[in-house]
Amino acid sequence: MPIAREDVAHLARLARLALADDELDHLAAQLDQIITAVARVQEVAADGIPPTSHSVPMQNVFRDDVTEPCLPAEAVLAAAPAAEQQRFRVPRILAEE
Amino acid sequence: MDSGIVRMSAADLAAGIAAGDLSAAEVTEAHLGRIEAVEDRVHSFLHVSAEQARRAAQAVDAQRAAGEPLGPLAGVPLALKDVFTTMDMPTTCGSAILDGWRPPYDATITRRLREAGVVLLGKTNMDEFAMGSSTENSAFGPSRNPWDLARVPGGSSGGSAAAVAGFEAPLGVGTDTGGSIRQPAAVCGLVGGKPTYGATSRYGLVAFASSLDTPGPLARTVLDAALLHEVMAGHDPRDSTSVDSPVPPVVAAARQADISGLTVGIVPELSGEGYQPGVLARFAEAVELLESLGAKLMEVSCPHFTYGLAAYYLIAPSECSSNLARFDAMRFGLRCGDDGTRSAEEVMSLTRESGFGAEVKRRIMLGTYALSSGYYDAYYGKAQQVRTLITRDFQAAFEQVDVLVSPTTPTTAFPIGERVDDPMAMYLADLCTIPANLSGNPALSVPCGLSPDDGLPVGLQIMAPVLADDRLYRVAAALEAALDRRRGYPLLDDAKGLA
Repeated sequence: MPIAREDVAHLARLARLALADDELDHLAAQLDQIITAVARVQEVAADGIPPTSHSVPMQNVFRDDVTEPCLPAEAVLAAAPAAEQQRFRVPRILAEE
Repeated sequence: MDSGIVRMSAADLAAGIAAGDLSAAEVTEAHLGRIEAVEDRVHSFLHVSAEQARRAAQAVDAQRAAGEPLGPLAGVPLALKDVFTTMDMPTTCGSAILDGWRPPYDATITRRLREAGVVLLGKTNMDEFAMGSSTENSAFGPSRNPWDLARVPGGSSGGSAAAVAGFEAPLGVGTDTGGSIRQPAAVCGLVGGKPTYGATSRYGLVAFASSLDTPGPLARTVLDAALLHEVMAGHDPRDSTSVDSPVPPVVAAARQADISGLTVGIVPELSGEGYQPGVLARFAEAVELLESLGAKLMEVSCPHFTYGLAAYYLIAPSECSSNLARFDAMRFGLRCGDDGTRSAEEVMSLTRESGFGAEVKRRIMLGTYALSSGYYDAYYGKAQQVRTLITRDFQAAFEQVDVLVSPTTPTTAFPIGERVDDPMAMYLADLCTIPANLSGNPALSVPCGLSPDDGLPVGLQIMAPVLADDRLYRVAAALEAALDRRRGYPLLDDAKGLA
C-alpha cells in the first residue's frame, strides 16, 4: 500500500515537524521507496525467533544509593533559549480560556 | 613549520615527547599550522580550539619537566567528532538546531582523552546527528577527501577521517552506528575501529541510535588506532550499557602482528554484484596475502547478513525518532517562532522543521512510521528478529573461524553530490559494516591498497567475536606490515588532493 500525502502529514504531526507542502510530496515518494525496500525483513523473520533489542544481554544496572553533586542551575540555564527566576521559560502549554 | 612532525605517527610523537626530543607545544603548533594551511580546502573542522590546545600542550610539557608520569598519548593532538560534549568548545552535531550550543559537561570520552594528556585540536565535521555516509548532511557544508577534493571523505565521521588523512591530526575519534568510523576510514586510506558495543562509553555522546552507537578510533597506523582504543575503552558507571570487563590487549596485539595459525573466514554474502571490481580485486589480493602470512582461509556463509541493511534502516530510524524528541526547543538549542502568540507545541514543530536537515527529518519520519500502531509488528518487530538471526550467524561463524573478513565498502569514495538526494544509494555505503553494529561485534577497517580502476583507497574489514577486539588489531597489523613492506613507503604518501 503506497504511502499517501495524508499519511506523511499525520506522521509529521506525531513527530512535531511543521513540514512544508513541497517536503510532504517529496517525502511521500521517498518514504514509500525506503519502506518497500526495508520490508524485506518480513521474508525471513519467522514466528518463534526472539527479538533482539540490544546486543549486550543485561538486566537492570544499579549503583550504590549515594548522592553526588549535580550541575549548578546557572550552568544548565546558560544554554536555555529563555530563562526566568532560575527556571526554563517556555511558551504556553495550555489553550487560552 | 616543520612538516616532518605532522607526518609522524602518534606512537612516535608520544615517544618523542616522553623522551624530551620533542615538546608537546611544538607538536601542537605544527598541527595548528597544517590546519591553517589546508583547512579552507578540506573543511575537516567545525571548530578549532587553538588556545585550549596550546594550554593542554603546555600542561604536558610542564608535567614532564616536573618529572611526573605521562599518559601513553600525552601531548599527541587529536581531532574529536563534534558529537561528544565538550565544556570548553561548542558541540553542534553538524546541526543548525545545536548551532552555538555550549554543553555544561564533558563526555566520558572527552574526559578520558584529556586525562591521558591528549591535546584536543577542535571538533570535526559530521553528517547531522551522525546520519549519513558522506558529511554532505552537515548543516555547515561537506568535508572533502584528501585523496581527491571532489569526492566525499565518507561519513558520518568524515571530518575526523579527513583531518587524519590530511595530516591535520595524527588521531581522530569517531562514532560508528552503521559504519560511520569504518566507512570513512576505508575511503580515506585509514585504520578505523568499532570496538565491541558497550566497550567505549556513550555518556556525553549525543544519541542517534542508542543500541548501536559506538565510539572508536581513527588513525594512520594500526598501532596508533590500538593506542587510542586503549585510552578510550573501559567501564563507565555513568553509561548503563557499558560493559564491565577488562579492555582486551589491543596494543599488545598490534605489536605482535602475527597471524600464523589463525583461521580467517570469508563471507560470500559480502561480495559480488554491486561491488566495484577494483575493490574486489584488492580485497582478494589481501586475503591471499593473509594466507601467505600463515593464516588458514575458509569460506563461511552468513545468510542473514543480506538482510542487515533492511533491519538497520528500521531499527536506527526508530531509535532516532525517539532520541531526537529531546530537541523540543525548551531547555537548550534553537527556538523559533516564540512570539508570544504560539503554543509550546507550535514552537516545537516550527523549531524542528527549521533546525533539522532533510536526512534527519527523513529518518525521524521513517522511525515514526515503523513504530506507529498497526505497523510496529510488521516493521520494527520483524527487524528485531532479523537482528537475532544476524547475531546467530556471527556466533555460528565464530565456532569455525577466529575472524571474518570482507571489503569495508562496496565502492571507493564517491563524488560529492552524487547520492545526496538518493537515500537508498547512500545507504548502500554501509552494506558491509551494518551486521557488526546489529550484533555488537567488534570490527575494524584497514587499508588494503588502491583500487586499480580509480586509484582510490580500499578498506578490508575484519570482524571478531564480542570482546575479542585484540584479534582485529593482530590481523590488521600483520596485513599493514606486509603491504608497507611491499610498497616501501606509507600509503598516505599517494594522497595528492592537498599536495
